[in-house]
Amino acid sequence: MIVFAILVIVIFNFAFSGSQQTMVSLTPGMLWVTFAFAGVLSLNRAFIQEKEDNCLEGLMVCPVSRETIYLGKMLGSLFFMLLVEVVVLPVFALLFNVNVISLPLIIITILATLGFVTIGTLFSALAVNTKAREMVLPILFFPIVSPVIISAVSASGRVLGGESWGDIYSWLGIIAAFDIIFLVVAYLVFSVVIDE
Amino acid sequence: MKIRVLLGLTAALMVIALYMVFIFVPSDAETGVIQRIFYFHVPLAWIAFLAFFVVFGCSIMYLWKRGRKWDILASSSAEVGLVFTTLFLLTGSIWARPVWGVWWTWDSRLTSSLILWIIYLAYFIIRSYISEEGRRARFAAIVGIMGFIDIPIIAMAITLWRTQHPGPVIFEGGLVTEMIWTLIVAIIAFTALYILLFSYRVLVKQDEHELNALKALRR
Repeated sequence: MIVFAILVIVIFNFAFSGSQQTMVSLTPGMLWVTFAFAGVLSLNRAFIQEKEDNCLEGLMVCPVSRETIYLGKMLGSLFFMLLVEVVVLPVFALLFNVNVISLPLIIITILATLGFVTIGTLFSALAVNTKAREMVLPILFFPIVSPVIISAVSASGRVLGGESWGDIYSWLGIIAAFDIIFLVVAYLVFSVVIDE
Repeated sequence: MKIRVLLGLTAALMVIALYMVFIFVPSDAETGVIQRIFYFHVPLAWIAFLAFFVVFGCSIMYLWKRGRKWDILASSSAEVGLVFTTLFLLTGSIWARPVWGVWWTWDSRLTSSLILWIIYLAYFIIRSYISEEGRRARFAAIVGIMGFIDIPIIAMAITLWRTQHPGPVIFEGGLVTEMIWTLIVAIIAFTALYILLFSYRVLVKQDEHELNALKALRR
């Protein structure tokens, strides 16, 4: 996943080259397209292995509720995605000479990634039970997380533009609202997806 | 037959609405005759929203009660809703070309509507990828619920995004009485059309089920 994310960044370098000024204005977009693509790729894997090796049945006979399985899978995906981002952000900063490592940006990244995995874990479990598998997740995932992507890109742009905390609060609010609402809803409906 | 009465009522309402849109109401002073598409565009948008609200409600009912009836209702409403959303995007585009000079612009409402359209397109893609009936109904219900909850969040994010960079102004206010009446009649006529199409779809799907059940019996 880390290699994939770095490859995307390298391809962006071919697609967009320009002055330092242009690169700074393109950074939020490049960063979030990279994270969103890497996210879909890793979320797709989250349930395929469970399904192939019948691990999901094993998990389901465990004396824990379905909701606990959701939380476990969600936290696992969150951990792996954050790990990818921990590596990608410095590499990005190094390759494009843009200062993307700052406290506001890290907060945006954590909140937005949480939004990705809350919805991604649910849809990933749904996607492995369909005929098209890997095809299904992006079709569901991208339109639903569009508010997170819009907010993360806008907020990151503002941080890089040197604006103060006040300017990104409303964006952080939207991402946080998305996280909370979909965490609750996905938690509630997860058992519907995996129960046969 | 109840549906015959509904058909007659819808046809009559449509004729009245068409008369009002093309003959009764005066043309808009600023944009001229193209403004009349507004009496189709707004009712279509309203129906699109109503249809997806019905999908949301029936999806919750399906997950709760697990009756096949709720899945039939939800998917029928989504079908009609998708058609109306497509038409409402198209009529908006036809209006935008002479008035704004472009077919499409990334204005907040246009962008939200497009994402809405994509979400409900995904609803049908998911349905087509699952052959087992119970699972198809469960998964579609989840998408129906998630998609509807997402609409206000999408609208909020996009409005905040675009108010920072103002796009073309959607004309506001300044409707004369005739225009308001025409709009109301058009909305009622289109709501009747929605109920009619929705009922037809539900009936066809019920017949489809019965046929399949009979076929399974013969085997």
